[in-house]
Amino acid sequence: MTITFNSKIPAGAIGDKWATYKEDAKLVAPGNKRKFKVIVVGTGLAGASAAATMAELGYQVDVFTFHDSPRRAHSIAAQGGINAAKNYQGDGDSVHRLFYDTIKGGDFRSRESNVHRLAEVSVNIIDQMVAQGVPFAREYGGLLDNRSFGGAQVSRTFYARGQTGQQLLLGAYQQLARQIGLGNVRMFNRTELVDVVTVDDRCAGIVTRDLVNGEVVSHAAHAVVMATGGYGNVFYLSTNAMACNVTAAWRAHRKGAAFANPCYTQIHPTCIPQSDPTQSKLTLMSESLRNDGRVWVPTNADESRSADQVPEAERDYILERLYPSYGNLAPRDVSSRAAKRAVDAGLGVGPLKNGVYLDFSDAVNRLGKDVVEERYGNLFQMYERIAGENPYDVPMRIYPATHYTMGGLWVDYELMTNIPGLYAAGEANFSDHGANRLGASALMQGLADGYFVLPYTIGNYLAPMLNKPIPGTDHPAFKEAELAAAARYQGYVDIKGSRSPDYFHREVGRIIWDYCGMERTQQGLEKALSELPALYEEFQKDLRVTGDAESMNQTLEKAGRVDDFFQLGMLMCRDALEREESCGGHFRAEYQTDEGEALRNDEDFAHVAAWEWTGDPTKSIRHSEELNFEAIHLATRSYK
Amino acid sequence: MSNHLKNLKLKIWRQSGPTDSGHFENYVMDEISDEASFLEMLDVLNEGLIGENKLPVVFDHDCREGICGTCSLMINGQAHGPERSTATCQLHMRKFKSGDEIVIEPWRASAFPIIKDLMVDRSAFDRIIESGGFITAPTGGAPDANLIPIPKTVADAAMDASQCIGCGACVAACPNGAANLFTGAKIAHLNLLPQGQAERFKRTEAMVETMDEYFGSCTNHGECEAACPKEISIDVIALMNKDYRKSKLKNRKEISRT
Repeated sequence: MTITFNSKIPAGAIGDKWATYKEDAKLVAPGNKRKFKVIVVGTGLAGASAAATMAELGYQVDVFTFHDSPRRAHSIAAQGGINAAKNYQGDGDSVHRLFYDTIKGGDFRSRESNVHRLAEVSVNIIDQMVAQGVPFAREYGGLLDNRSFGGAQVSRTFYARGQTGQQLLLGAYQQLARQIGLGNVRMFNRTELVDVVTVDDRCAGIVTRDLVNGEVVSHAAHAVVMATGGYGNVFYLSTNAMACNVTAAWRAHRKGAAFANPCYTQIHPTCIPQSDPTQSKLTLMSESLRNDGRVWVPTNADESRSADQVPEAERDYILERLYPSYGNLAPRDVSSRAAKRAVDAGLGVGPLKNGVYLDFSDAVNRLGKDVVEERYGNLFQMYERIAGENPYDVPMRIYPATHYTMGGLWVDYELMTNIPGLYAAGEANFSDHGANRLGASALMQGLADGYFVLPYTIGNYLAPMLNKPIPGTDHPAFKEAELAAAARYQGYVDIKGSRSPDYFHREVGRIIWDYCGMERTQQGLEKALSELPALYEEFQKDLRVTGDAESMNQTLEKAGRVDDFFQLGMLMCRDALEREESCGGHFRAEYQTDEGEALRNDEDFAHVAAWEWTGDPTKSIRHSEELNFEAIHLATRSYK
Repeated sequence: MSNHLKNLKLKIWRQSGPTDSGHFENYVMDEISDEASFLEMLDVLNEGLIGENKLPVVFDHDCREGICGTCSLMINGQAHGPERSTATCQLHMRKFKSGDEIVIEPWRASAFPIIKDLMVDRSAFDRIIESGGFITAPTGGAPDANLIPIPKTVADAAMDASQCIGCGACVAACPNGAANLFTGAKIAHLNLLPQGQAERFKRTEAMVETMDEYFGSCTNHGECEAACPKEISIDVIALMNKDYRKSKLKNRKEISRT
């Protein structure tokens, strides 16, 4: 299929585009909606909210998750909060300001029209979630409380203790559960997408594998939504849950959907440093901790005293010194690199000297232990469980870790990929965060896409299809995809080599982290691109999966996911190599200012890189979508 | 620096499928860092089993941050193991010592049939939520979020209850296999809030009766509260019982009126 990139941005002033779109969008009459089948893959914030809303409207909805219950999706782990331009604090916030902060935070690499819409609907999200019973934090007067977050100078973040993602996901899950109970949604648990099917250049449905009995089955639909999250687990160690993977998005990519900006990955500055080689994942400590915690390292690399014994004069509060106006609330990428430089300079703290301090002693003195406990109690407990140290007594140790991926399936203004009928929402798409996402904006985007965008845009696509037949699962394209998927999984079992999928996952993760992590160079990326294909060949020859493909087999599930991580990893490195500039989470050492800050090249790279699959992951074709900044002028991003 | 535990004796429940009768199998873990989490210890065991061309132990897990509720495991007879208010994924090996014998079983409850080894099917929990664990609030018509002030104490109490991660430890720990803590937590969360009042009694009746279809009866042992990784108080069960009694009266009146 030839790729065309029509972003379908409506005409008009930036603040009018979404209203204009909604007024012009085609509608499906209430009685006709039940004639349409919509598939939603994934049950995080984007998937659950999209599925619930479309079922409420009257569409037939089939929902798929590889989890045992839709309530387990990884949105649940988001801690800090959700942004919305409510201006409840009267501190000067507005839709325009949230729009501006998001564009600037994304280092001018996102699409203005999508971001403005996100800021507009942010206010509806809070109303919706409160109506559903999400117990957001409140003031004593009973009104909603806010906190501030990195990259913003207003308090616009709503939160539910340190479990905002959990509470929002339970809200969306409960709306989905209601629709399941009413019979409007068919829910498929423990079922993984293994292929996307296109017929006549249109998405016709998906092929899934039942994780309990290995059965491979086709599902036809009028439209398919991929709400399948990000690909941060390509790094092996990340803050993602163990099962987070790129397979759904990658299989769509292999069927013709362009993959945009894969090199835009976000490193979160406040995670607990690795303590042991057996470690399976890294744990994030909410960025909200930076509201009251102060980041510092000793000035002396040989410092051996405990933190409380180091006098003020021998401490370097790195963020406060480098970025006086934002201080400890500098954006994620900026803060992460500052920590990395300190550790690389030998100033790291902790037994492995692989972290920096996040110190709450000033906050405890200023606010009292009770207030600190009220704000961060559960985070402190979590830290103590993992690190074995009490943060009220000893400063936390933190270090950056992969957390979120801004890249993803290319989508237009309607969140449709370049395959008609195939949509991508939430972290799975690329559209709103540019090269760097601001804190508390992932929850906002997932719910915006699912509750307030897709229900309109999918209707616009479906309306002209009324009473026209669509290919059923007996179509040869489905049968072919089923056979190929079954053969793929049987193939992993049949290799009978000597190494587990986890072995290969660790190896591919190490290469990606070393050469396509926080800091990238041409030389390193070229090295990665020579090492990855060799390792991939070894994977294809020496993989060992014990057991069979016809029963519950977690090793086999993992093998399929690692296979796709290999292919994605190669594309990430190519994307990083060809983007000869630094922007947001993509930091190329060759392109930096004298002070070591990211140096963008707007002349050549103010565009989205959208990659086309060719059959060989090292030979994908790079297309581009120009980004036009009409409402906001391109400016150097400075947080000084 | 980390210390290493040596010579752990693991006794693990193996069951190839729902119809297999299952058995304990013994394994020896020669060495493991005390910085490893309990599930990372099982990862190491499984890598070793794959190395020996054997089937690894199947267990449910995902976020490994104690929030998704996917992990389970009876560890030495305790749901989620020996550390209070801690899910299995957050339990670390520093809580054990060299030479320990560790018995690992799946959740044991007839409402949670075993799928394989340590993995069980907890979808009965979803059935309870589907029957009424929500506030009917279709997308689009919500009033401004600050329209109804909610006293902080009420919001906090709702939040205490809504922290439930749906892991099933309460059921596994209960001698009767009852799900009253799980169901009570969701009912308390929604029934405490002003937004939850319209459906309060309909919700309570539906959820309690769906719960009774799948789970055993509560006889106030309190094991559920002790096992709960989120320390949800059995007060929520009292609140559920009170609202259930009221609902039987109220709903009957409403039915007779129509």
